[in-house]
Amino acid sequence: MERPGERIEITISSRFENIELVQVIAEHVCENAGLDDDGSHWIGMAVREAVANAIKHGNKLDVRKRVRATLDLQGSQLDITIADEGQGFDPTKVSDPLNPQNLMKTSGRGIFYMKTFMDQVSYTFTPGGGTSLLMTKNLAGASGIASTK
Amino acid sequence: MKVTSRSVDEVEIIKLEGKITIGAGDSQLRESITNALNQGHNKILLDMSGVTTIDSSGIGELVGSYTTVTNRGGKLKLLHLPAKVNDLLHVTQLITVFEVHEKEADALKSF
Repeated sequence: MERPGERIEITISSRFENIELVQVIAEHVCENAGLDDDGSHWIGMAVREAVANAIKHGNKLDVRKRVRATLDLQGSQLDITIADEGQGFDPTKVSDPLNPQNLMKTSGRGIFYMKTFMDQVSYTFTPGGGTSLLMTKNLAGASGIASTK
Repeated sequence: MKVTSRSVDEVEIIKLEGKITIGAGDSQLRESITNALNQGHNKILLDMSGVTTIDSSGIGELVGSYTTVTNRGGKLKLLHLPAKVNDLLHVTQLITVFEVHEKEADALKSF
């Protein structure tokens, strides 16, 4: 019998200590879907980076602003949305951390890690403010870092 | 994050235990490096065996620590790298920057 879909939503205030809440939920969703520990860990890592960016760069650490995380599992397809209430940014201006000129920079690797561990990463910007990040992963056959791109 | 340090043959071995993540441990790493340098230690071996979680901020702090120590004429090397930290350094090609050792004795000899 096909496993029914699952949708989990959580809203947190913009505090770094809340990042792990969302990360742990994401890892549990993956484990419950049958993904192994490594695969679940790396998806949790992508979620951690996304929530950290939403809190720090999106909501600028304003605890009155919220971050909304939605995890939607349908079959083996996991869609994760992380939305903040910030002013958005230009993704094309994010530098490549693998460029030798950027290798020794102390920041700028979060989005790279998300793209490494997930199948697709895309952004939507709301005119009135707020950035919504969508990350997708097909859990079928997903495992450790070797299976990521 | 818990930070403990000891000196062996002029090398300051700093053991990190717990998380090196944004808002939790990243600033402690920076402070421990600054303290070691201010105390005159510029041969620093970071024992990573107790690191349970690291994120991009923690990786950034490792890079910053490496640069800080190098700019002060010192050397910073890594010991007992957990597999997942190793993976994160590999995918960002930072593994080519850091000298990593699996045995403390070998690491001490290398300075």
